[in-house]
Parts: sequence; C-alpha cells; structure tokens
Amino acid sequence: MLRFLVRRLLQAIPTLFILSILVFAWLRSLPGGPAAALLGDKATPEKIANLNHVLGLDQPIFVQYFGFLGRALTGDFGNSLVSTQPVMGEIVTFLPATIELGMTAMIIAIVIGIPAGYLSARYRGGPVDNVVIVLSLIGVAVPVFFLGYMMQDILAAPLGLPSQGRQAAGLDATAITNFAILDGIMTSEWDAVWDAIKHLILPACALATIPLAVITRITRASVLDVLNEDFIRTANSKGLTQQVVRTRHVLRNGLLPVVTTIGLQTGALLGGAVLTERVFNFRGLGFLLAEGIERRDYPRLQALLLFGAVVYVLVNMLVDISYGIIDPRVRVR
Amino acid sequence: MALLEVRDLKVDFVRRGERSFTAVDEISFDVEPGQTVGLVGESGCGKSVTSLAIMRLLARRGNKVSGSVRFEGTDLLKLSDREMRDRRGRDLGMVFQDPLSSLNPVIPIGLQITEVLERHRGMSRKAASVEATDLLDKVGIPDPSRRLSEYPHQLSGGMRQRALIAIALACRPRLLIADEPTTALDVTIQAQILALLRELVQDTGTALIMITHDLGVVAGLCDEVNVLYGGKIVERAQRHQLFGEPRHPYTHGLLASIPRLDAGRGEKLVPIRGSVSDNIPWEGGCAFAPRCPNALPVCREVSPQLVPDQGGLLRCHNPVRPAVAAGGGAR
Amino acid sequence: MNTLLNKKKEPIDKLAAASGRSLGGEAIRRMLRSPVAITGGIITGLFLIVAIFAPLLEPKDPDVHYLGDQIRPNFIPGAQSGFPLGVDDFGRDFLSRLIAGAQQTLIVGVLATIVGVLIGVIIGGLAGAFGGWVDTVLMRLVDVMLSFPSLLLAISIAALFAQPSQWTVILAVSMIGVPIFARLLRGSMLSQRDADHVLAARSLGVKRGAIVFRHMLPNSLGPVIVQATLTLATSILEAAALSFLGLGDPDPSRAEWGLMLGKASHQFLDVRPELAYYPAIAIIIVALGFTLVGESLREALDPKNRR
Repeated sequence: MLRFLVRRLLQAIPTLFILSILVFAWLRSLPGGPAAALLGDKATPEKIANLNHVLGLDQPIFVQYFGFLGRALTGDFGNSLVSTQPVMGEIVTFLPATIELGMTAMIIAIVIGIPAGYLSARYRGGPVDNVVIVLSLIGVAVPVFFLGYMMQDILAAPLGLPSQGRQAAGLDATAITNFAILDGIMTSEWDAVWDAIKHLILPACALATIPLAVITRITRASVLDVLNEDFIRTANSKGLTQQVVRTRHVLRNGLLPVVTTIGLQTGALLGGAVLTERVFNFRGLGFLLAEGIERRDYPRLQALLLFGAVVYVLVNMLVDISYGIIDPRVRVR
Repeated sequence: MALLEVRDLKVDFVRRGERSFTAVDEISFDVEPGQTVGLVGESGCGKSVTSLAIMRLLARRGNKVSGSVRFEGTDLLKLSDREMRDRRGRDLGMVFQDPLSSLNPVIPIGLQITEVLERHRGMSRKAASVEATDLLDKVGIPDPSRRLSEYPHQLSGGMRQRALIAIALACRPRLLIADEPTTALDVTIQAQILALLRELVQDTGTALIMITHDLGVVAGLCDEVNVLYGGKIVERAQRHQLFGEPRHPYTHGLLASIPRLDAGRGEKLVPIRGSVSDNIPWEGGCAFAPRCPNALPVCREVSPQLVPDQGGLLRCHNPVRPAVAAGGGAR
Repeated sequence: MNTLLNKKKEPIDKLAAASGRSLGGEAIRRMLRSPVAITGGIITGLFLIVAIFAPLLEPKDPDVHYLGDQIRPNFIPGAQSGFPLGVDDFGRDFLSRLIAGAQQTLIVGVLATIVGVLIGVIIGGLAGAFGGWVDTVLMRLVDVMLSFPSLLLAISIAALFAQPSQWTVILAVSMIGVPIFARLLRGSMLSQRDADHVLAARSLGVKRGAIVFRHMLPNSLGPVIVQATLTLATSILEAAALSFLGLGDPDPSRAEWGLMLGKASHQFLDVRPELAYYPAIAIIIVALGFTLVGESLREALDPKNRR
C-alpha cells in the first residue's frame, strides 16, 4: 500500500512539471510580451524596459523559467493589477469561499445523483428511469450562468433566499478562517451560520447541476453494467437477501467508476465556479478569476490557472489513491 | 419421491417488438438423492437456461418460465422471491463456468464464503470464519486461513473454482448444479476439479446436476445422462447404455466425432454436419433433421415425441440401430 | 499519468475501440427505433434548416435599428407592436436576431469543432501512426491539456488575445476538443495497427502513408463523428460561457446566442427576463438535440448493444 502511494505521488510530478512550463509559456506569449501585460494600462516603453530588467526578462529563457518555477514554488506570483496586493494573498483569502461552495455543491450532487442513478438503473425503462435520463441530459445542456440568473429571478424571492454575496449587509460576523460557516460555529454566532448557509444554497445548487447530471448518468450506467455481471448471479445463487446483494455486491462495485467521476468533477468545479460566483457575486476564486478576465489582470490569471490545474491534478491523485483503497485490483497493477 | 422433479419446463425469451423465442421446452427429468445427472449438448441447446430456470436465476424481464420444478415436493416456480432466496444456497447450490467473473472482485474470498454461512446457518462472523477455513481446506486449497483475506484476482483459476465450489457447498445443499464448471480451466486442472466434485458428492451424498458439452466429463461422473438438442431432451439413458448403444443420431454423432486412441487406423472421425443455425423449428418436424444422416422425409414433417426406448427415452423417428452403431458403439 | 485520468479517457478509448465498424445498416436501423435518437434528429434537423436558411426566414433585417431616435443610452428594450418577440437595446427585431443567431451559433460551434477535430486528429494520427517517442511526447502534452478543467483551458486561450473576436472564441473553444480527439484517433489507430485488413495491406507492400490515409483514417471516422456531435453541443455552451465572461466577440452587430444571452443576463434580467430566456432556451434545445444525437449514435455503435 505504501509503495502504491509513493508511486502515485511520483507520477504526478512530471505532469506538474509540464504544467508549469505551459503556464510559464502562456504568460510569455501574451500580446506585447509579459511586461506589457503585467503593467496593463500603465505600460510605457521605459516602464516595460525597466520591468523587463527587474523581472529578468532580458535573461536567457532557461534562467527565466527556473526563476519563475522557484518563485511559484514559494507562492510568489507577483502582485495583482486590480488590487495591487500579492496574488497569493488573494488566493488564500478567497479560497475558503470556493471550497465552501464547491463542497456544498458536490454534496448536493452526490446525495441526489447516486440514489437517482441507482434507482434509474434498478427500474430501467420505467417512468423513473425516463425522467432521470431526460433531466440529466437537460442538466448538461443548460448554461450554468443562465441557470444561476434564473434561480435569482424565480427562486430567491419566494424562498426568502439571498441572491448576492456571501453575507448579509450589516451582519458583522467575525472572520477567522474565512470559512463562513466554520467561523460562525467557532464564535457561536449562530445567526452568522444561518446567514452563511442561506447564501450558499442558490449558488451551490447552480454549481451542482453539471456534476449532478454527470454523477447520475455514470451511476446509472455503472450499476447497469454490474447488474449484468456473473458475480451478481453468484450472489443471488447463494440466496443472499436482496439488501445484501444490493449494498455489498451491486453498489460496492457500481460505485467504483462513480468515485472517479466525483474526482474529475471536483477538479473541474473551478470552471463552473467562475460562472456561478460571477452571477451570485460570491467572492471566491471564481469571482477573482472572472474579475481578472474582465480587467486583464494577467498575474492573477496566471496564478489562478496554475492553481486550478494543480488542484485538478492533486484531487485526481487523491481520488486515485482512495480508489486503490476500495478496489484491491488497482493496488497490485 | 425424487429429490427434484422437473416437469414440462419451458422458457420463452420475450423481447418487446420481436417474436418470442422458445429456449427450452418439454424438459422433464428427475434427480434422486445422491444421484448425478448430466445435461449434455452443444452451446445454445438450452442446458444453461434449464439450470438457471431451476435456480430461478433468469431475469424476470424478458423470460417466461412455465412448467414445474418440484424440490422435495415444493414447486420452486411457485415460491415467492423471498422464499426462493431462503432455499438458494441452503438447499440448492450452484457452481458456474467462469470462476473469475463469478466471484466478486472487490470482496475477499473469505467474506464471500462467510456471508452464505451467516445467511443460512445463522453463524456469527467469527464462527463462519472458522468454518470457511475448514471448507477451503476441504476443497483442497492450501494454507486456507491466509486465503480468506485474499481477493479473487490473487488466486489461480483452479483455486478460484475450488473457492466457488466451497461457496456452493458451504451449507451442505442436497442438490448441486454445476454449469460447465471445468470449461474455463486448463486440462490438467479440469481433471482435478472433476475428481474433487466426485469426491465431495460421494462424501456428502449431495445430488448433482452436471451441465456440460464434454462427453468425457459425463463418462467420468454421471449416472444418468440427458442429451439436449434445440431446447428439448432428445435422448435419456444410463451412462453405460448411452456410451455403449447411442440411439439418437445426434448422440451417436457426438460420440463418433470424439478422437479415440483405440480407433482403427482406417477409421475416420465423423463430424456432425452443419451447425445449430441449420435447425428447423420443432413444430415442423425434428430440429436436428437438416444435419441428420438418418433423416427421413417424415422427420421434416412430424415432430417426434419422447418415447420409452431400451430403458431410457428417445425422441427420434429413425434411431441408430444397435448393429449399425459403429464408431462410438463398439465398446 | 495516474489511472484516474485514464478513467477520464476510458469512454474515449471505448469509443475508439468501436472503430472499423460501419455506421450504416444495423446502427441506423437501431437508431430509427429509438425515440431519443428521433427527438434529437428532429431538433438538430430543424436547427440546421433555420441556421442555413436564416436570411430567408428572418421577418426583418436583424441589423437595422428600427426605433431610430427613441434609442437613448438608458433605453429599456422589450415588447413593441409589430415585433413578435420585441426589440433589443438597439431597437433591432429580436426574432430576426434569434434566427440570424442560429446561423452564427452554428458557425461558431461547427468551426470550433472542426478545428478541434483537425488538430486532434493530426496529433493523435501522428502519435498512432508513428508510435515510439513521437507518441510519448504528444500524448504527454495531451494528458496535460486534459488536466485543465475544460472551461479554464478555453479561458486561458481566449485571454491570450488583447482583442477578442469571433475567431479567438472559436480557437479557444476548439482547444477543449483537441485532447479528446487526439486520444480517440490514437486509440483507434493503435487498435487497427494489428488488424487483419491493415496487415494484409502491409503484406501487399502498400506504403505507410497510403495505409494510414486509405485504410486507417476512414475506419476511425465513425467514433470521430460521434464525438464531434457531442463536442458540438459543449462547444455551443462553452462559447456562451466565454461571451458571458467578456471573452466573446465584442462586435455589437453580431447576433450570436451566447452573446445575446450574456448581455441580456448582465443588463436586462430584472426588467426584461424574456430577452435572456429566448436565446437561453434556444441554446438549451440545440445543445440537447446534438447531445441526444451523439449519445444515441454512441449507443448504436457500442459493440455491447449488438446481438
């Protein structure tokens, strides 16, 4: 098991390495060169030349790359053009909001998606199955940002849910970790906890649609596959109760591909978060990214792109490891 | 009273928008306690469907089963799903063809055995574990206590089949159905598994239905043999009768197409012509007629009935006469 | 690369394994029986007709500012007599713009998909045909592309251009398809490299180029068409997302559903939500149509469903 873990960790390194090269190359291929891009509107020829020297852009490309890599490893991505603050500081401040939103969305997607997919497979061809299939197909066809606006427009008022931001105006909650719910619990400010939950509901539902649709469909397909397996027939030939057959034999095997899907979808959440957080003015990494795009804040974009890809690779690695724990065949291979 | 009485078992495959297809029909046979009965035939002859229908393991959707399957007097086909689950694994056990795909890949072998013991013999997990070790030992798996925590992919093919047999026999069922248990195995392992089955059946007095396409397996194991063709029994006989004097041209053909060491030099192997796809429906005569060397005009017009013949049963208009039975007959 | 990303690739590879099977005959017959395929076919068929014949179907000129001097900076668009779906903020006929938008949307979607297919096919084809280090290098690159969440990949390309245009959107969106098609084609090539018909051609002394172009590529067509249909649906959605994020075509005369939706969502949702709903519903229906067609094609091609 330990060897398996170490091997997985080592396997991620070349991917991360190539990623860093790509993101480095990305900034260098910007129009007018990186210095112009970094300076934004304030660019003048002298300033560009000066910055080129300061950033070492007049040095050989390899020196530049390893400089970039070294700074990136220490978390130094320069200053945001919008806020003039260090980008890394921004990420640290905004990350908890996105984690909170993403986790809520994934919990919604998992809690609804797995049972829906399972029931759909169990009653294949029936009305439940048809409804689930149609909904999951529509789920991936609806633009996420439009869904967000529609929720604001239609659901927010009747349900009494806020449609903007993370915190009601005038509520002076103490921020410790920036995880709004956690902070509220730590300081026993229960109104803040409730307020945070209310602010999460709509954006999390919007963000959950695509993972929900995908998880549902994968669960359905995978359970259908497992139901046709020989070992299910064996389990039935043993006279096990339906409940044991379903949980121990069908679900346990059927959920293996779902675990992978959950990993992939978690990694891809940042994409959806850009849209959702923009719509709901939910100040997380996606909001930061959307704002960065509008203002062409390249240092911020560079850091966020690298961050997003690294998170994606790491989440995948973690899921992969947990996959090794639940599927004994993976460990040996 | 026989242990198992199968009467007029019929299975139709019904697919929406397609004509239904009768997979097996008019299957009737008995199994006495401790007896070993063979179901023999080519792939597609309905022997596996028969066994799955007896165990009620055919999917409810798309399959229509009729007739009766009396086990110790109770018609299994009339039991509720729950009652049937109580019997499967306890009264009737089953061993399948492909031991790798028939074992759950993500559950240790041990749990796959103990879960039957817990279910039917009310054992605690601990007691079941001890019993499972014992069972693995009995089916000839070395170092059984270590094997309990291993997964199917860590075992060899023969070991997996032994484990499957251990599972099927865990609750000492009175009837064991073995569906081509050796087909997926190497030849040397095949013999070991057959020997093991014979030994276990003799020791425990378990009745066995042996389903196979391999007449060698039948010769070594079965008391009585049913030959299936096109979903119907075409011949039934005691083992020696069948090998000595096959009456149905199909049985005769099966025996004649086996290479034999004691055959004379000039003797040729006689394969059966054509394939199952040449079958004509039973309604319009004998399904085997297009491939049959003995076929008469009547064979394509009148469906033959299963009638008593030389102590067994036969479904043929023009059986092989003992004197004519050359190749496979002279034993 | 870890096995998890392999899992992401699994459906692609499965599709690749279906290459060499004809799209015709049985698959088409099976699709004609499936209500899913028929629904998808009708939707995409109608969309294609509207898109192709858009200029003939538009009741009014989509680019004319009809209300003239009524349009002031704070003009609220909406219902107007004589305009079935009202007018937009420039006083243009919304219905005509929706119809014109079908054409623009189709162009963006199709071009993005084609570019993605071309680049992907070249990469995958080279990797599959040559193998060895070419394969290793190209596929590592593809793996890294797969390790970006798809929208982030498109954003990173689109943000490279100081001045966004229709072309930057097409290029950015096409990048999402590149790694998928590359893997698809490579898988299909590899599975065919030892196939009998290829071995036969090789033993007859047919040149490698001829084998690749005459034998291997045509046989990979089926899975590529299936994937392209599905990619077309996501392309339309991703293009809309880019427009929403301000990375779309800034030209106000361009009638494209993603732009119309993005703009209406940003500016007029409180006052005239229908201006967002019309293009949104159009996008949803069309994306759904292509998805249905793609999924039923995939199912029809799946060897598991053959009997």
